[in-house]
Amino acid sequence: MQKVMKPLREVGIVGYGAYIPRYRIKTETIARVWRGEQAGNQLPVKQKSVPGLDEDTITMSIEAGKNALQRAQIEPQKIRAVWIGSESHPYAVKPSGTVVAQALGIAPSNTAGDFEFACKAGTEAMQAAIGYVGSGMADYALATGMDTAQGRPGDALEYTAAAGGAAYIFGPAAEAVAVLKGAYSYVTDTPDFFRRNYQHYPEHGNRFTGEPAYFHHIRNAAQTLMDELNLKAADFRFAVFHQPNQKFPQKVAQDLGFKKEQYQDGLLSPEIGNTYAGSSILGLTAVLDKARAGDLILVVSFGSGAGSDAFCFEVTEKIEQRRQAAPLTGDYIKRARFIDYNQYARFRNKIKK
Amino acid sequence: MDIPRYWRLRHQRYHLEGARCQNCGQQFFPPRAVCPICKKRKIQPIKFKGKGRVYSYSVLYQPSERFEGQAPYVVAIIELEEGVKLSAQLTDVDLDEVQIGLPVEMAVRKIYEEGESGPIVYGYKFRPLQF
Repeated sequence: MQKVMKPLREVGIVGYGAYIPRYRIKTETIARVWRGEQAGNQLPVKQKSVPGLDEDTITMSIEAGKNALQRAQIEPQKIRAVWIGSESHPYAVKPSGTVVAQALGIAPSNTAGDFEFACKAGTEAMQAAIGYVGSGMADYALATGMDTAQGRPGDALEYTAAAGGAAYIFGPAAEAVAVLKGAYSYVTDTPDFFRRNYQHYPEHGNRFTGEPAYFHHIRNAAQTLMDELNLKAADFRFAVFHQPNQKFPQKVAQDLGFKKEQYQDGLLSPEIGNTYAGSSILGLTAVLDKARAGDLILVVSFGSGAGSDAFCFEVTEKIEQRRQAAPLTGDYIKRARFIDYNQYARFRNKIKK
Repeated sequence: MDIPRYWRLRHQRYHLEGARCQNCGQQFFPPRAVCPICKKRKIQPIKFKGKGRVYSYSVLYQPSERFEGQAPYVVAIIELEEGVKLSAQLTDVDLDEVQIGLPVEMAVRKIYEEGESGPIVYGYKFRPLQF
């Protein structure tokens, strides 16, 4: 059985856009509240991004979508699908995609819907967009991964649960800044992290989230895709993995044979935390900001529940002219306004009134 | 804001859709059915670019019920590049950063939530030019 997934029609990324809110909190600041004198011990990231009071997955998807449209340089109405992957959709029932499609000037001749698969909801939307364009049903489709992740106060997740994400417009390969060489998805029933209906905060399986969940799925997805495409780690200029902290993605990269210079440019979690459905694909925007024609990029997501999507892209010469059409991911990372725990508690609705 | 009104105004709220009088060229926001200058009804919709400057502003410390939890915040009169003025909340800004003449750009943000179970109202705000 051929495992690699590739559409009949060649497809690529014609536009991409990042968005990260401007607020940051240092994990030391969080640790001082909950760990006292042990505040400096083994913090998973340096700092994380925090959404403003008036930001949510819909507003941030609009921001990233605008950036992707500026780079794609196409009429918004040519986009025939608006799919938003997130675990923090503002409504339980009412699609985020309709608001985003309307605000970006894409509506009404499009499909719109929301994807949910923990941290891989964004790449799930990307797989669907690739299939939609690749089948010829549409010339362009917009796939977004965006989250305003929540962590229970004092829980391990509070140190990393961040906000941000990225939007990708897929279209014909001839117009692309990066052409899809192949994709592969690997999914099993693994209950490492979940949130039940009507619950505000998710639950997680502590150490169980590591080997049987994150590492098993990413390793399988990445290795299978590389084997199917007859590629080895050294063939790639960049590799990007889901980033729940700064340790896991570095370990899985090394296990798969990648060197620091291949994964460091896409590793954003030390600066912004884990942006969940936005995590690996935000790393991909940072890499596209630096890539040159001919570079191969491997990007592998991980979503609890659990599964991984792996993609191989080859960058084209169109990247040089398009990347400057919108703010770079590094610009968003640099515009950091630090807040204290009191402001953070207010912004994240953690104060009972 | 009631649901029909929110729905009716979505083009204004999401992408600053205003109007231009085809007779005298006057532009306005929000759009009007009759030109206030020449009184003609030859009105055409246009989208403003969403860039401008703070013309004047005020800091709100005592907001109405719907905006509770947001105070203190800034409401400004924005003069768009096209010359039209409108009022809007400022966002992504510290109070001491705000000054007359500050270059700003439009962003779609959450304006307020209609209680715990009602609709979430999105619309334009302005923020200092980012990059």
